[in-house]
Amino acid sequence: MSSPNRFTGYPEGSDTKFAQYKIAFVQYLTLGIFLLLATGFWRLQIQNPDYYSELAEQNRVKSLPLLAPRGRIIDREGRVIVSNYPSFSILLLREQTRQLLQNLPAISQGLDIPIEELQGRLRRFAREPKYEPIIIKEDATSADLAFLEAHRDDLPELEHVMVQRRLYARNGFAAHVIGYVGEVSDSELNNPEFAQYNPGAIVGKSGLERQYNDILMGQDGMRRAMVNSRGREVQKLEEKPATAGKQLRLTIDLDLQTAAEVAMDGKNGAVVALNPHTGEVLAMVSRPTYDPNKFAVRITSQEWKELVENPDYPLLNRAIQAQLAPGSVFKVINATGGLEEGVLTPETAVSCAGGATFYGRYFKCWQKGGHGRIALHRAIVQSCDVFFYNAGQHLGIDKLAYYAEHLGMAHKTGIDLPHEEEGVMPSPEWKRRMFRDKWYAGETISVAIGQGSVAITPLQMAYIVGGIASGGEFRRPHLVFPADVRAERPEAKLDEVRRFPLKDDTVEQVTLGMWGVVNEGGGTGGRARIQGVDVGGKTGSAQVASLELTRVVRSSQLKDNAWFVGAAPRRNPEIVVAVLFEHGEHGYLAAPIVREVIKTYWDKRARFSRQEYARLAGEENRP
Amino acid sequence: MSNFLRYKGFDWFLLGMVLLIAALGVMEIYSATYRTKFAGAHEKQIYWILAGIMLMFLMTMIDYHTLMEQVPIMYLVSIVLLAMVLVVGRKVFGSRRWIPLAGGFHFQVSEFVKLVIILAVARYFSEARQSKVAVGDLVKVGLLAGVPMGLVLLQPDLGTSLTYAPIVMMGVLLAGIRLKHVALVALLAALAMPMAWHYGLKPYQKARLTTFLNPEGDPLKAGYQVLQSKIAVGHGGLWGRGTTKGTQMQLGFLPVPHTDFIFAAFAEEHGFFGVLAALLLYFMVLMRLVHNAQTAPDRAGVFIVMGVVGVLLFHVLVNVGMVIGYMPTTGIPLPLMSYGGSSVLFIFMALGLVNNVRLRRFVN
Repeated sequence: MSSPNRFTGYPEGSDTKFAQYKIAFVQYLTLGIFLLLATGFWRLQIQNPDYYSELAEQNRVKSLPLLAPRGRIIDREGRVIVSNYPSFSILLLREQTRQLLQNLPAISQGLDIPIEELQGRLRRFAREPKYEPIIIKEDATSADLAFLEAHRDDLPELEHVMVQRRLYARNGFAAHVIGYVGEVSDSELNNPEFAQYNPGAIVGKSGLERQYNDILMGQDGMRRAMVNSRGREVQKLEEKPATAGKQLRLTIDLDLQTAAEVAMDGKNGAVVALNPHTGEVLAMVSRPTYDPNKFAVRITSQEWKELVENPDYPLLNRAIQAQLAPGSVFKVINATGGLEEGVLTPETAVSCAGGATFYGRYFKCWQKGGHGRIALHRAIVQSCDVFFYNAGQHLGIDKLAYYAEHLGMAHKTGIDLPHEEEGVMPSPEWKRRMFRDKWYAGETISVAIGQGSVAITPLQMAYIVGGIASGGEFRRPHLVFPADVRAERPEAKLDEVRRFPLKDDTVEQVTLGMWGVVNEGGGTGGRARIQGVDVGGKTGSAQVASLELTRVVRSSQLKDNAWFVGAAPRRNPEIVVAVLFEHGEHGYLAAPIVREVIKTYWDKRARFSRQEYARLAGEENRP
Repeated sequence: MSNFLRYKGFDWFLLGMVLLIAALGVMEIYSATYRTKFAGAHEKQIYWILAGIMLMFLMTMIDYHTLMEQVPIMYLVSIVLLAMVLVVGRKVFGSRRWIPLAGGFHFQVSEFVKLVIILAVARYFSEARQSKVAVGDLVKVGLLAGVPMGLVLLQPDLGTSLTYAPIVMMGVLLAGIRLKHVALVALLAALAMPMAWHYGLKPYQKARLTTFLNPEGDPLKAGYQVLQSKIAVGHGGLWGRGTTKGTQMQLGFLPVPHTDFIFAAFAEEHGFFGVLAALLLYFMVLMRLVHNAQTAPDRAGVFIVMGVVGVLLFHVLVNVGMVIGYMPTTGIPLPLMSYGGSSVLFIFMALGLVNNVRLRRFVN
């Protein structure tokens, strides 16, 4: 039945007796081993059970976050605008729930935290794994820390950790551009942008802090250790170091920003300074401002309420969000369109007698008595309304809107900030779309001088004027250097160019006109003149309410908004500054603010040789 | 006729006890994993056991003499496979032990090589005619097991490589080693130790051995495992904490509770009485195996069965010993209780070999 057995030559059975003693030896050996093992268990489980039970009860794994410091924000020359400062946060360890709930009143009293707040936080984080502690108090005082240390035994749920808190510039300096950070909210967590973060994470909420949050934020690490009931580390289990956030270098020049902030002191409005050659934003101010440091420490609901309900909207970044009528600054666009179309020439002239009638309605010129016979150049210099009423009428609203939009109106500039507004350029098509109403010819007349439904943001103003003066090259405004964020933003074209080529004559006429505004007699922008600097500009006064109403109600709130935009040099400017002075009434009152900023820039430029300035400005870092 | 042989002569008693231990294992695996990412492991273990039973029956079908005839080829294949593991094996937790197969299974070669070595040693010593072992024999069997041992050690897998040693030791013991040879080997081992320490062992392996000697004073992770194991065991007390209520394991303090430290988890949940019962079952299995060796039809059969005894005894000693701190942590599983397909399949195939021998005891 089985294959031939060549292994045995012996009769069955006798072959196996060879090892019977040895097998017996193995049996006894086995018995001995098992007895040994049983003894081992006896010792652990019966002889000394309390020793190990105690160890078991005391075993706890403590997991502490190693918080990643957020990247600093520096200006183009490396000067710090936003940094961090070390502070202590108090954590609550949640593994021993029963004990924790018992100790809550004591914790609440000792750390001066309302018990409802503690309970609320516990509820909020109920879904997170129990070994992860939650922060219950930030910027702990030395009294808090002393309380914690004194109660290490009876309140073992408390732990402290050092964190880096955001330190913003004082007095709301550059507050709107920078933005602020805060704890990620529940609704934000549902947003794909923030989906990767856990509750309790500190993220950018507005401005650049939000726009570049992923770069600034870094990644928290973690440290797990086994601790005994005294909270003393018995054993380090694992440690993952934190990855620090990356520093963000802005295109903002601290000197220009300071000059702008100082010049706007006591006023409401906005300032935008940019370099049309590169699109870099050199300064951006919005007033009124607020203190972002209040947000970095948890803001009280009272303070938040005050900010949100303030009728002046301090949280609004007027530079990119205020959409207001540009007034006479729009004449630059009007003139550009007219010249391009050929409807206007340098010789075009009208007779301004202080007003004119169009479509049965009398439209006034700001100059009582009129400008007399006036041609294109002087019309820009003295900002003659009648000239531009005619220009607008001859160009026609469709063409006017076409040029305005191609020059940048009613479109976002694409700046790297959240919530930019796009303004409004009225046109028959627009009116049909928005109000299902037809266009009235008289509306063209108001639009021609930038009144009515026309709306522009200060950023757009700088962008448009800069682009026109550069011959129709519009560079996208941006606040960080593209080379610095190439790794994190490979697809972003932060400084892309949009071209709408303009005839050389057009550009020459318009910029000469703007030069005249500042430097010629009778020019409305004389207050922007800087000796030795080639500056061109345009004033604007935009009606907030009708003239009749202002006569009746004497309120500063109804005074016109004052605009001024300046460029230096007048053609292919290196710097363009747009200022909105809310309720400043006259455009020439906004001009000195522009002057301040351009002067600061120019003085700086003069102090250093071109090469040195380029080096300081980081130009060699650009590809 | 052969069918009749198969069912009546089969060692059902042995199978019964083995399945009892396996059932305890499945229960403990469930308890250790039901709330973790390994949940469902107990189901997989049941599948492995069923597959193991089938393999066991298969192993009894081919006469073990035929198997022994094929030993040279099997040995060669084993060496090749072990070498392949070093080249193409998947790295898991820092060592290569598995060859990935289609269907998401992997194949821990070193476990199956044990069977080949058992057969090889049995064949070697059954062909010998002297009553005592010569030095030459020692060297030969040493190499026979030593080469695979070395290959496994390179993976690196110290624990499994050591499990080949008891097969040789058992064989050599049964074949009749002279006392002076024992002394000689012991001397050589003692001399080789310092060399092996410095060049042979990886740092963590060294650490395991040092912490074995002094676990509580050691802050390294190696001591942590044993410490936690002893805490878990001690926490079990007399009656145990109850199934799924072993807190040390449930709270994650006991490392790998469903594999290497399953007996610690078992001890925490079932206490001293549970431990005694489990140890008794293992003891009975071993004694039954020895009985099968005593009733083996020929020399080869004895070596085969005792080889299985040696391996099983070694596993139990080292694994359970590790759990209570009597042995260093070596990462070898507890057969029938630890979760792991290869280990389950190995033990059932080994039992198949034993039944293979048993079924032929009345054959002429």
